[in-house]
Amino acid sequence: MSTVNEKITEKIRSEAQRLLSSGEIAAFIGYEAGSLPMSVRPFVARKPEDASRLVWNSFCVLNLANYLPALLKSFEPPRRPGDPPPEGPLPKVGILATGCWSRNIVVQIKENQVDRDRVVIVGVPSRGMVSARKVKEAVGERDIQACTEEDHSLKISGEGFEQELNRWDVVRDNCKTCVHPDPVIYDILIGDPAGERQVQDRFAQVDEIEHKSLEERWDWFADSFSSCVRCYACRNACPLCYCPTCFVDDSRPQWVGKSTEQTDTMLFHILRAYHCAGRCTDCGSCESVCPVGIPMRLLTKKLNKDVLEMYGSEAGMSLDEPLPLTTYNPADPQGFVLTEKSEKGGDR
Amino acid sequence: MGTTSEKNWEPKIVAFLCNWCSYAGADLAGVSRFQYPPNIRIIRLPCSGRVSANMILDALRSGADGVLVSGCHPGDCHYISGNLFARRRFALLNNLLEFVGIEPGRVNFSWVSASEGEQFAEVVKEVTDKVKKLGPSTRLVKRIG
Repeated sequence: MSTVNEKITEKIRSEAQRLLSSGEIAAFIGYEAGSLPMSVRPFVARKPEDASRLVWNSFCVLNLANYLPALLKSFEPPRRPGDPPPEGPLPKVGILATGCWSRNIVVQIKENQVDRDRVVIVGVPSRGMVSARKVKEAVGERDIQACTEEDHSLKISGEGFEQELNRWDVVRDNCKTCVHPDPVIYDILIGDPAGERQVQDRFAQVDEIEHKSLEERWDWFADSFSSCVRCYACRNACPLCYCPTCFVDDSRPQWVGKSTEQTDTMLFHILRAYHCAGRCTDCGSCESVCPVGIPMRLLTKKLNKDVLEMYGSEAGMSLDEPLPLTTYNPADPQGFVLTEKSEKGGDR
Repeated sequence: MGTTSEKNWEPKIVAFLCNWCSYAGADLAGVSRFQYPPNIRIIRLPCSGRVSANMILDALRSGADGVLVSGCHPGDCHYISGNLFARRRFALLNNLLEFVGIEPGRVNFSWVSASEGEQFAEVVKEVTDKVKKLGPSTRLVKRIG
Protein backbone atom coordinates (compact mmCIF):
# COMPACT_ATOMS: atom_id res chain seq x y z
CA MET A 1 0.00 0.00 0.00
CA SER A 2 1.46 3.30 -0.96
CA THR A 3 1.39 6.42 1.14
CA VAL A 4 -0.21 9.73 0.23
CA ASN A 5 3.15 11.17 -0.75
CA GLU A 6 4.02 8.20 -2.93
CA LYS A 7 0.74 8.61 -4.77
CA ILE A 8 1.43 12.32 -5.23
CA THR A 9 4.95 11.53 -6.47
CA GLU A 10 3.49 9.14 -9.05
CA LYS A 11 1.05 11.74 -10.31
CA ILE A 12 3.70 14.48 -10.39
CA ARG A 13 5.95 12.25 -12.47
CA SER A 14 3.22 11.35 -14.94
CA GLU A 15 2.05 14.96 -15.31
CA ALA A 16 5.60 16.24 -15.76
CA GLN A 17 6.33 13.48 -18.25
CA ARG A 18 3.20 14.30 -20.22
CA LEU A 19 3.83 18.07 -20.22
CA LEU A 20 7.49 17.71 -21.20
CA SER A 21 6.98 15.12 -23.92
CA SER A 22 4.06 16.98 -25.48
CA GLY A 23 6.29 20.02 -25.73
CA GLU A 24 3.84 22.16 -23.78
CA ILE A 25 6.56 23.14 -21.35
CA ALA A 26 10.32 23.43 -21.73
CA ALA A 27 11.15 22.74 -18.10
CA PHE A 28 9.48 21.57 -14.93
CA ILE A 29 10.46 22.77 -11.47
CA GLY A 30 10.14 20.12 -8.77
CA TYR A 31 12.22 18.18 -6.30
CA GLU A 32 14.53 15.23 -6.57
CA ALA A 33 15.80 13.10 -3.71
CA GLY A 34 18.68 14.59 -1.79
CA SER A 35 21.83 12.75 -0.82
CA LEU A 36 21.10 12.82 2.91
CA PRO A 37 18.07 11.54 4.79
CA MET A 38 15.33 14.19 5.22
CA SER A 39 16.65 16.26 2.35
CA VAL A 40 15.39 17.01 -1.12
CA ARG A 41 16.93 19.07 -3.87
CA PRO A 42 15.12 21.54 -6.09
CA PHE A 43 15.31 20.07 -9.55
CA VAL A 44 14.54 21.36 -13.03
CA ALA A 45 13.43 18.57 -15.34
CA ARG A 46 14.15 19.47 -18.96
CA LYS A 47 13.63 16.13 -20.71
CA PRO A 48 10.69 13.71 -20.41
CA GLU A 49 12.98 11.05 -18.96
CA ASP A 50 14.00 13.44 -16.16
CA ALA A 51 10.46 13.27 -14.83
CA SER A 52 11.14 9.93 -13.12
CA ARG A 53 13.60 11.67 -10.80
CA LEU A 54 10.92 13.90 -9.29
CA VAL A 55 9.83 13.19 -5.73
CA TRP A 56 7.36 14.53 -3.21
CA ASN A 57 7.61 14.11 0.54
CA SER A 58 7.29 16.02 3.80
CA PHE A 59 10.70 17.64 3.52
CA CYS A 60 9.94 19.85 0.50
CA VAL A 61 10.48 22.98 2.58
CA LEU A 62 12.06 25.23 -0.03
CA ASN A 63 9.68 27.47 -1.90
CA LEU A 64 9.94 26.53 -5.58
CA ALA A 65 8.46 29.86 -6.70
CA ASN A 66 11.88 31.24 -5.87
CA TYR A 67 13.30 29.69 -9.05
CA LEU A 68 10.48 30.72 -11.35
CA PRO A 69 11.37 34.29 -12.48
CA ALA A 70 14.99 33.42 -13.31
CA LEU A 71 14.07 30.21 -15.10
CA LEU A 72 11.47 32.00 -17.23
CA LYS A 73 14.03 34.66 -18.07
CA SER A 74 16.57 32.03 -19.09
CA PHE A 75 14.27 31.03 -21.93
CA GLU A 76 14.02 34.56 -23.30
CA PRO A 77 16.41 35.73 -26.00
CA PRO A 78 18.99 38.15 -24.59
CA ARG A 79 18.03 41.78 -24.95
CA ARG A 80 19.34 45.11 -23.79
CA PRO A 81 17.35 47.68 -21.87
CA GLY A 82 15.04 49.47 -24.24
CA ASP A 83 14.91 46.64 -26.77
CA PRO A 84 11.38 45.61 -27.76
CA PRO A 85 9.97 42.53 -26.04
CA PRO A 86 10.63 39.27 -27.90
CA GLU A 87 8.09 38.34 -30.53
CA GLY A 88 6.09 35.16 -30.67
CA PRO A 89 5.25 32.78 -27.87
CA LEU A 90 8.05 32.02 -25.44
CA PRO A 91 8.61 28.59 -23.88
CA LYS A 92 6.50 27.74 -20.86
CA VAL A 93 7.63 26.40 -17.51
CA GLY A 94 5.81 23.96 -15.26
CA ILE A 95 6.01 24.30 -11.51
CA LEU A 96 4.71 22.55 -8.43
CA ALA A 97 2.73 24.76 -6.08
CA THR A 98 1.24 24.25 -2.66
CA GLY A 99 -0.97 26.91 -1.05
CA CYS A 100 1.77 29.31 -0.03
CA TRP A 101 3.92 28.78 -3.11
CA SER A 102 0.97 29.45 -5.39
CA ARG A 103 0.31 32.66 -3.48
CA ASN A 104 3.92 33.63 -4.05
CA ILE A 105 3.44 33.01 -7.76
CA VAL A 106 0.40 35.31 -7.62
CA VAL A 107 2.56 37.98 -5.98
CA GLN A 108 5.21 37.50 -8.67
CA ILE A 109 2.59 37.80 -11.39
CA LYS A 110 1.26 41.00 -9.85
CA GLU A 111 4.77 42.39 -9.58
CA ASN A 112 5.39 41.62 -13.26
CA GLN A 113 8.10 39.06 -12.57
CA VAL A 114 6.13 36.18 -14.01
CA ASP A 115 3.85 35.98 -17.02
CA ARG A 116 0.81 33.86 -16.12
CA ASP A 117 0.54 32.62 -19.70
CA ARG A 118 4.01 31.12 -19.53
CA VAL A 119 3.48 29.06 -16.40
CA VAL A 120 1.76 25.74 -16.01
CA ILE A 121 1.02 25.42 -12.32
CA VAL A 122 0.66 21.93 -10.96
CA GLY A 123 -1.12 22.42 -7.66
CA VAL A 124 -0.56 20.11 -4.71
CA PRO A 125 -2.63 20.67 -1.56
CA SER A 126 -0.15 20.83 1.28
CA ARG A 127 -0.24 18.54 4.29
CA GLY A 128 2.32 20.65 6.06
CA MET A 129 6.05 20.20 5.73
CA VAL A 130 8.28 18.71 8.40
CA SER A 131 11.02 20.66 10.09
CA ALA A 132 14.27 18.68 9.97
CA ARG A 133 15.42 20.72 12.93
CA LYS A 134 12.50 19.51 15.03
CA VAL A 135 13.18 15.91 14.02
CA LYS A 136 16.81 16.25 15.04
CA GLU A 137 15.77 17.68 18.37
CA ALA A 138 13.22 14.90 18.87
CA VAL A 139 15.88 12.22 18.50
CA GLY A 140 18.25 14.03 20.79
CA GLU A 141 20.56 15.40 18.08
CA ARG A 142 21.78 11.91 17.25
CA ASP A 143 23.10 11.15 13.79
CA ILE A 144 20.17 10.29 11.54
CA GLN A 145 20.99 7.76 8.83
CA ALA A 146 17.58 6.94 7.47
CA CYS A 147 14.07 8.27 7.53
CA THR A 148 11.03 6.51 6.15
CA GLU A 149 7.76 8.24 5.96
CA GLU A 150 4.29 6.91 6.56
CA ASP A 151 1.16 9.01 6.30
CA HIS A 152 1.14 10.04 9.93
CA SER A 153 4.49 8.99 11.26
CA LEU A 154 8.19 9.14 10.55
CA LYS A 155 10.56 6.27 11.27
CA ILE A 156 13.94 7.67 12.12
CA SER A 157 16.94 5.43 12.52
CA GLY A 158 20.63 5.78 13.05
CA GLU A 159 23.42 3.89 14.65
CA GLY A 160 22.02 2.13 17.68
CA PHE A 161 18.58 3.69 17.68
CA GLU A 162 15.26 3.62 15.95
CA GLN A 163 12.49 5.97 16.78
CA GLU A 164 9.01 6.59 15.48
CA LEU A 165 7.71 10.14 15.54
CA ASN A 166 4.23 11.49 15.06
CA ARG A 167 4.41 13.49 11.86
CA TRP A 168 2.28 16.38 13.06
CA ASP A 169 4.52 16.85 16.11
CA VAL A 170 7.45 17.76 13.90
CA VAL A 171 5.58 19.79 11.28
CA ARG A 172 6.91 23.34 10.92
CA ASP A 173 5.26 26.08 12.97
CA ASN A 174 4.19 28.05 9.91
CA CYS A 175 2.45 24.96 8.47
CA LYS A 176 0.68 24.33 11.76
CA THR A 177 -0.87 27.79 11.65
CA CYS A 178 -1.53 27.74 7.91
CA VAL A 179 -5.15 28.36 6.89
CA HIS A 180 -4.73 28.14 3.11
CA PRO A 181 -3.14 24.78 2.28
CA ASP A 182 -4.72 24.60 -1.18
CA PRO A 183 -3.18 26.33 -4.17
CA VAL A 184 -5.08 29.50 -5.07
CA ILE A 185 -4.21 29.25 -8.76
CA TYR A 186 -3.37 26.12 -10.71
CA ASP A 187 -3.80 24.54 -14.10
CA ILE A 188 -3.65 20.96 -12.89
CA LEU A 189 -4.52 19.82 -9.38
CA ILE A 190 -2.94 16.71 -7.90
CA GLY A 191 -4.68 15.13 -4.93
CA ASP A 192 -7.83 16.29 -3.20
CA PRO A 193 -8.21 19.86 -1.99
CA ALA A 194 -7.78 20.06 1.77
CA GLY A 195 -10.13 23.01 2.19
CA GLU A 196 -9.57 26.03 4.40
CA ARG A 197 -8.11 24.99 7.70
CA GLN A 198 -9.55 26.31 10.91
CA VAL A 199 -6.75 27.46 13.14
CA GLN A 200 -7.25 29.10 16.46
CA ASP A 201 -4.75 31.82 17.25
CA ARG A 202 -2.91 31.85 13.96
CA PHE A 203 -0.74 34.57 15.37
CA ALA A 204 -0.17 33.07 18.80
CA GLN A 205 3.61 33.12 18.38
CA VAL A 206 3.49 36.81 17.54
CA ASP A 207 1.06 37.62 20.34
CA GLU A 208 3.35 35.96 22.82
CA ILE A 209 6.12 38.41 21.95
CA GLU A 210 3.77 41.37 21.74
CA HIS A 211 2.67 40.73 25.30
CA LYS A 212 6.21 41.06 26.56
CA SER A 213 7.41 44.39 27.89
CA LEU A 214 9.54 46.66 25.73
CA GLU A 215 12.74 45.59 27.46
CA GLU A 216 11.88 41.93 27.16
CA ARG A 217 11.12 42.34 23.49
CA TRP A 218 14.47 44.02 22.88
CA ASP A 219 16.22 41.27 24.81
CA TRP A 220 14.36 38.66 22.81
CA PHE A 221 15.35 40.34 19.55
CA ALA A 222 18.97 40.84 20.55
CA ASP A 223 19.25 37.32 21.87
CA SER A 224 17.52 35.32 19.16
CA PHE A 225 19.18 37.13 16.27
CA SER A 226 22.67 37.29 17.77
CA SER A 227 23.81 34.01 16.23
CA CYS A 228 23.20 35.22 12.68
CA VAL A 229 26.25 34.67 10.47
CA ARG A 230 24.92 36.85 7.65
CA CYS A 231 24.96 34.05 5.11
CA TYR A 232 21.83 35.53 3.49
CA ALA A 233 20.33 32.07 3.04
CA CYS A 234 16.99 33.50 4.21
CA ARG A 235 17.14 36.14 1.50
CA ASN A 236 18.23 33.72 -1.18
CA ALA A 237 15.52 31.21 -0.35
CA CYS A 238 12.80 33.86 -0.47
CA PRO A 239 10.64 34.03 -3.61
CA LEU A 240 10.04 37.73 -2.90
CA CYS A 241 13.72 38.61 -3.13
CA TYR A 242 14.42 39.04 -6.79
CA CYS A 243 15.93 42.55 -6.85
CA PRO A 244 19.00 42.66 -9.13
CA THR A 245 20.86 44.47 -6.36
CA CYS A 246 19.75 43.77 -2.83
CA PHE A 247 19.84 46.59 -0.27
CA VAL A 248 22.47 44.65 1.68
CA ASP A 249 24.78 44.77 -1.32
CA ASP A 250 24.38 48.50 -1.88
CA SER A 251 27.58 50.32 -1.09
CA ARG A 252 26.72 53.93 -1.82
CA PRO A 253 24.86 54.51 0.39
CA GLN A 254 25.59 51.44 2.44
CA TRP A 255 22.34 50.90 4.31
CA VAL A 256 23.55 47.93 6.26
CA GLY A 257 27.10 47.20 7.34
CA LYS A 258 28.51 43.88 6.22
CA SER A 259 29.81 42.69 9.56
CA THR A 260 28.14 40.40 12.07
CA GLU A 261 28.13 43.25 14.57
CA GLN A 262 24.85 43.35 16.47
CA THR A 263 23.47 46.52 14.88
CA ASP A 264 24.27 45.39 11.36
CA THR A 265 22.60 42.04 11.91
CA MET A 266 19.54 43.62 13.46
CA LEU A 267 19.14 46.19 10.71
CA PHE A 268 19.48 43.45 8.13
CA HIS A 269 16.72 41.42 9.71
CA ILE A 270 14.39 44.37 10.26
CA LEU A 271 14.76 45.54 6.68
CA ARG A 272 14.64 42.08 5.17
CA ALA A 273 11.35 41.42 6.96
CA TYR A 274 10.02 44.87 6.15
CA HIS A 275 10.65 44.38 2.44
CA CYS A 276 8.32 41.40 2.60
CA ALA A 277 5.48 43.39 4.20
CA GLY A 278 2.20 42.67 2.48
CA ARG A 279 3.91 40.14 0.19
CA CYS A 280 4.98 37.35 2.51
CA THR A 281 2.87 34.20 2.49
CA ASP A 282 4.54 32.69 5.54
CA CYS A 283 5.94 29.79 3.50
CA GLY A 284 8.69 29.36 6.08
CA SER A 285 11.55 28.91 3.59
CA CYS A 286 13.66 31.53 5.35
CA GLU A 287 13.45 29.78 8.67
CA SER A 288 13.93 26.33 7.18
CA VAL A 289 17.17 27.22 5.43
CA CYS A 290 18.71 29.11 8.34
CA PRO A 291 21.84 27.25 9.42
CA VAL A 292 21.62 28.56 12.98
CA GLY A 293 17.87 28.45 13.56
CA ILE A 294 16.99 32.13 13.82
CA PRO A 295 13.23 32.73 14.12
CA MET A 296 13.19 35.47 11.46
CA ARG A 297 9.78 34.29 10.31
CA LEU A 298 8.25 35.90 13.39
CA LEU A 299 9.10 39.35 12.03
CA THR A 300 7.31 38.72 8.75
CA LYS A 301 4.48 37.03 10.61
CA LYS A 302 4.08 40.17 12.72
CA LEU A 303 3.86 42.21 9.52
CA ASN A 304 1.34 39.74 8.09
CA LYS A 305 -0.75 40.15 11.21
CA ASP A 306 -0.68 43.95 11.02
CA VAL A 307 -1.48 43.95 7.31
CA LEU A 308 -4.44 41.67 7.93
CA GLU A 309 -5.69 43.69 10.89
CA MET A 310 -5.19 47.14 9.41
CA TYR A 311 -5.79 46.58 5.71
CA GLY A 312 -7.76 43.33 5.71
CA SER A 313 -5.54 41.71 3.18
CA GLU A 314 -3.43 38.60 2.83
CA ALA A 315 -0.67 38.34 0.25
CA GLY A 316 -1.40 36.59 -3.02
CA MET A 317 -4.94 35.43 -2.35
CA SER A 318 -6.26 36.70 -5.66
CA LEU A 319 -4.97 38.02 -8.94
CA ASP A 320 -7.41 40.94 -8.95
CA GLU A 321 -6.78 42.47 -5.57
CA PRO A 322 -3.78 44.87 -5.48
CA LEU A 323 -0.97 44.19 -3.03
CA PRO A 324 -1.65 46.08 0.22
CA LEU A 325 1.35 48.38 -0.05
CA THR A 326 0.64 49.30 -3.66
CA THR A 327 -2.69 50.78 -2.76
CA TYR A 328 -4.30 52.84 -0.02
CA ASN A 329 -7.59 53.69 1.56
CA PRO A 330 -8.25 57.28 2.66
CA ALA A 331 -9.60 55.86 5.91
CA ASP A 332 -6.48 53.84 6.79
CA PRO A 333 -5.68 53.86 10.51
CA GLN A 334 -3.29 56.62 11.48
CA GLY A 335 -3.37 56.68 15.26
CA PHE A 336 0.43 56.52 15.29
CA VAL A 337 0.68 59.97 13.68
CA LEU A 338 1.42 62.63 16.30
CA THR A 339 -0.83 65.26 14.80
CA GLU A 340 -3.78 62.86 14.62
CA LYS A 341 -3.65 61.56 18.16
CA SER A 342 -5.16 64.57 19.93
CA GLU A 343 -8.15 64.86 17.62
CA LYS A 344 -9.08 61.21 17.62
CA GLY A 345 -7.96 60.31 21.09
CA GLY A 346 -5.45 57.87 19.62
CA ASP A 347 -6.87 54.80 17.93
CA ARG A 348 -3.91 52.65 18.84
CA MET B 1 27.56 61.19 18.35
CA GLY B 2 30.00 63.12 20.40
CA THR B 3 27.70 65.05 22.67
CA THR B 4 28.83 66.79 25.81
CA SER B 5 28.53 65.40 29.32
CA GLU B 6 25.34 63.63 30.34
CA LYS B 7 24.08 66.64 32.23
CA ASN B 8 24.01 68.92 29.25
CA TRP B 9 22.91 66.23 26.86
CA GLU B 10 20.74 67.51 24.06
CA PRO B 11 19.13 65.05 21.67
CA LYS B 12 19.88 65.12 17.98
CA ILE B 13 16.78 64.57 15.94
CA VAL B 14 16.73 63.99 12.21
CA ALA B 15 13.62 65.41 10.54
CA PHE B 16 12.60 64.18 7.10
CA LEU B 17 10.25 66.84 5.78
CA CYS B 18 8.34 66.87 2.54
CA ASN B 19 9.12 69.77 0.29
CA TRP B 20 5.57 70.95 -0.25
CA CYS B 21 3.99 71.01 3.19
CA SER B 22 6.13 70.29 6.22
CA TYR B 23 9.25 71.98 4.93
CA ALA B 24 7.19 75.04 4.08
CA GLY B 25 5.55 74.73 7.52
CA ALA B 26 9.00 74.80 9.11
CA ASP B 27 9.81 77.82 6.98
CA LEU B 28 6.65 79.55 8.14
CA ALA B 29 7.48 78.76 11.76
CA GLY B 30 10.79 80.48 11.13
CA VAL B 31 9.50 83.61 9.46
CA SER B 32 6.69 83.88 12.00
CA ARG B 33 9.29 83.61 14.78
CA PHE B 34 7.68 80.70 16.58
CA GLN B 35 10.25 79.30 18.98
CA TYR B 36 11.03 75.61 18.82
CA PRO B 37 13.91 73.54 20.16
CA PRO B 38 17.01 73.64 17.96
CA ASN B 39 17.47 69.88 18.20
CA ILE B 40 16.21 68.97 14.77
CA ARG B 41 18.29 68.60 11.64
CA ILE B 42 16.07 68.95 8.64
CA ILE B 43 16.44 66.85 5.51
CA ARG B 44 14.20 68.03 2.71
CA LEU B 45 12.65 65.40 0.49
CA PRO B 46 10.19 65.75 -2.39
CA CYS B 47 7.44 63.83 -0.59
CA SER B 48 6.88 61.76 2.53
CA GLY B 49 6.42 58.92 0.06
CA ARG B 50 10.13 59.25 -0.69
CA VAL B 51 11.04 58.32 2.87
CA SER B 52 12.06 54.70 3.04
CA ALA B 53 12.67 52.56 6.09
CA ASN B 54 16.33 52.48 5.05
CA MET B 55 16.63 56.22 5.67
CA ILE B 56 14.94 56.14 9.05
CA LEU B 57 17.05 53.24 10.25
CA ASP B 58 20.19 54.78 8.78
CA ALA B 59 19.55 57.89 10.87
CA LEU B 60 19.23 55.75 14.01
CA ARG B 61 22.29 53.72 13.10
CA SER B 62 24.32 56.88 12.63
CA GLY B 63 23.46 57.97 16.14
CA ALA B 64 20.35 60.11 15.85
CA ASP B 65 18.46 60.08 19.14
CA GLY B 66 15.17 60.55 17.37
CA VAL B 67 13.61 60.73 13.94
CA LEU B 68 10.69 62.82 12.77
CA VAL B 69 8.99 62.17 9.47
CA SER B 70 6.50 64.77 8.39
CA GLY B 71 4.41 65.21 5.28
CA CYS B 72 1.26 66.78 3.93
CA HIS B 73 -2.08 65.98 5.51
CA PRO B 74 -3.81 63.02 3.83
CA GLY B 75 -5.63 64.36 0.81
CA ASP B 76 -3.31 67.36 0.42
CA CYS B 77 -0.32 65.61 -1.11
CA HIS B 78 1.30 67.54 -3.94
CA TYR B 79 1.55 64.22 -5.77
CA ILE B 80 -2.07 63.37 -4.89
CA SER B 81 -1.42 60.14 -2.98
CA GLY B 82 2.27 59.91 -2.01
CA ASN B 83 1.55 60.34 1.66
CA LEU B 84 -1.29 57.84 1.58
CA PHE B 85 1.01 55.12 0.29
CA ALA B 86 3.61 56.27 2.81
CA ARG B 87 1.09 56.09 5.64
CA ARG B 88 0.65 52.36 5.19
CA ARG B 89 4.38 51.81 5.14
CA PHE B 90 4.96 54.01 8.18
CA ALA B 91 2.24 52.26 10.17
CA LEU B 92 3.84 48.89 9.52
CA LEU B 93 7.36 50.14 10.22
CA ASN B 94 6.25 51.83 13.42
CA ASN B 95 4.68 48.60 14.66
CA LEU B 96 7.62 46.47 13.58
CA LEU B 97 10.11 48.69 15.38
CA GLU B 98 8.02 48.54 18.52
CA PHE B 99 7.79 44.77 18.11
CA VAL B 100 11.57 44.38 18.20
CA GLY B 101 11.88 46.66 21.19
CA ILE B 102 12.68 50.11 19.84
CA GLU B 103 11.23 52.64 22.28
CA PRO B 104 8.00 54.26 21.06
CA GLY B 105 8.87 57.91 20.52
CA ARG B 106 12.24 57.37 18.84
CA VAL B 107 10.62 57.40 15.45
CA ASN B 108 7.77 59.86 15.01
CA PHE B 109 5.38 60.72 12.23
CA SER B 110 3.28 63.82 11.72
CA TRP B 111 1.27 65.72 9.15
CA VAL B 112 1.99 69.45 8.98
CA SER B 113 0.75 71.70 6.19
CA ALA B 114 2.49 74.74 4.73
CA SER B 115 0.18 77.04 6.67
CA GLU B 116 0.79 75.37 10.04
CA GLY B 117 3.93 77.11 11.27
CA GLU B 118 2.73 77.08 14.85
CA GLN B 119 1.76 73.41 14.67
CA PHE B 120 5.20 72.61 13.31
CA ALA B 121 6.80 74.28 16.31
CA GLU B 122 4.43 72.29 18.57
CA VAL B 123 5.35 69.01 16.90
CA VAL B 124 9.07 69.68 17.27
CA LYS B 125 8.57 70.55 20.93
CA GLU B 126 6.58 67.38 21.52
CA VAL B 127 9.14 65.18 19.75
CA THR B 128 12.08 66.80 21.53
CA ASP B 129 10.40 66.35 24.91
CA LYS B 130 9.69 62.71 24.18
CA VAL B 131 13.23 61.98 23.04
CA LYS B 132 14.68 63.87 26.00
CA LYS B 133 12.66 61.68 28.33
CA LEU B 134 13.91 58.55 26.56
CA GLY B 135 17.51 59.69 26.85
CA PRO B 136 20.34 59.02 24.41
CA SER B 137 19.60 56.35 21.85
CA THR B 138 21.44 53.07 22.37
CA ARG B 139 19.47 50.60 20.29
CA LEU B 140 20.39 50.12 16.65
CA VAL B 141 23.23 52.60 17.01
CA LYS B 142 26.39 51.42 15.34
CA ARG B 143 29.39 52.06 17.51
CA ILE B 144 32.67 51.85 15.75
CA GLY B 145 35.75 51.04 17.75
